[in-house]
Amino acid sequence: MPRLPRWDRVKESFFNGERLIDSLPRLLDAFVLDIKIFAWSTPAIIALALVLAIARSSRNPALFPIRIFVIGYIDIMRGVPVILWIYLIGFGVPGVGLERPFNSPLLWGSVALVLTYGAYIAEVFRAGIDSVHESQRAASRSLGLSNSQTMRFVILPQAIRRVVPPLMNDLVSLQKDVALVSLIGPIEILRQANIDKAKFANFTPYIGAAIIFLMITIPLTRTTDYLLARERKRTSATRVR
Amino acid sequence: MKLRLDNVHKSFAERKVLAGLNLEVNAGEVVSFIGSSGSGKTTLLRCVNLLEPVDVGAIFLDGDEISQLGRDPDPIRRRIGIVFQSFNLFPHMSVRRNITLALTEVLDKSTQEANATAQLLLKRFNLDEKIDSYPDQLSGGQQQRVAIVRALAMNPEVLLLDEITSALDPELVGEVLDVVRELKGSGITMLIATHEMNFAREISDRVCFLDSGQIAEQGRPEQIFNNPIDDRTKQFLRRVQAVGKT
Repeated sequence: MPRLPRWDRVKESFFNGERLIDSLPRLLDAFVLDIKIFAWSTPAIIALALVLAIARSSRNPALFPIRIFVIGYIDIMRGVPVILWIYLIGFGVPGVGLERPFNSPLLWGSVALVLTYGAYIAEVFRAGIDSVHESQRAASRSLGLSNSQTMRFVILPQAIRRVVPPLMNDLVSLQKDVALVSLIGPIEILRQANIDKAKFANFTPYIGAAIIFLMITIPLTRTTDYLLARERKRTSATRVR
Repeated sequence: MKLRLDNVHKSFAERKVLAGLNLEVNAGEVVSFIGSSGSGKTTLLRCVNLLEPVDVGAIFLDGDEISQLGRDPDPIRRRIGIVFQSFNLFPHMSVRRNITLALTEVLDKSTQEANATAQLLLKRFNLDEKIDSYPDQLSGGQQQRVAIVRALAMNPEVLLLDEITSALDPELVGEVLDVVRELKGSGITMLIATHEMNFAREISDRVCFLDSGQIAEQGRPEQIFNNPIDDRTKQFLRRVQAVGKT
């Protein structure tokens, strides 16, 4: 065992029970904002990602320019760190002199999250769409279903089921990246933890914030696992041990 | 209804699969296509269903050129059903939904009407107990029978059967072929690509032997199997006889 001569001091400044109990209510209060940002961004992200993925997977030669545009968009959004987009969009767009409420950093921070995560998740959906075997498309088209009906009834339902695990992975990631919006102003949990840390010269509020994040992300992951297992059980006859 | 293929060519990359194929099929006729792997049987059927566009030549249904580039294939596909070697059922849908999907979405039938059609057809082929099962819960033979029912539910004028028993265990082949036997004589026109020589002999009004993307020889089944004229047909039949497939 190496000696940890300063362990007592770390314990005092990171795992201080009194500080934890004192800051938890404020942290939870601030966490409501994280939940809100997550809650309104997620549907927008999924919708944007689906539109991008479907556009990118389209086969109509006439839609070639749209495919090129989508590929460029995804490359650019994914190629720059999320935090940079939050700065650029969050500070930049309100800078053109928009009136309230359209100058809120909260709004544009959320928009930055939607635009970047939409690009990440579009690639997840596209991988799912590509993974559905061509013969499924042939079967659907041979029954007289159109391209878009085939996408809607045959390809997408299978694609989405397959990408639920990586999708949840990205959503857990989003749940944490919501905290980045704090860097352009809104007082959400990470910023509140910062304030408490500064006020009491103690790092324990960070531990409190970490615990609160885990309280959300772990049940989210477990629920997904459960839903997937149930689906697998429903549609298949046997399982290999 | 009459189907006509006129000088059909089809290549994949550098490989010529159909090389000027001509064929006429009358309403209600059952035509089988035999020949070695790669002779163009599957491609021929896929071209008729417009799953593959033809490079040169034309396909006519009732004198109407269906193979025209840029023509909407959907109305034509409603008249031409296809059953695939690997079943291609939709795994995320119950048997019922597999059958009713195109009825409600393509033919705009009500759910009740579509369900009634599914029930009726499943009962006819002794599959009514499986209506709420999922494809993965069925045997290969049952899946293929459901796939046939799915195609039949659209009430097609032409049914294309693409080596529908090739992916099945030998003991499951019989139940699938029984379905096809029952269909013969119902007035539906069938084009069958198959490796089951006995079945082709029994069910067909006409057998076509395909070689290098053309019909090398065609005729009544007795003639093709008992007195083949073309040397390539003779060779092919000798080869399949050697492995006991007749």
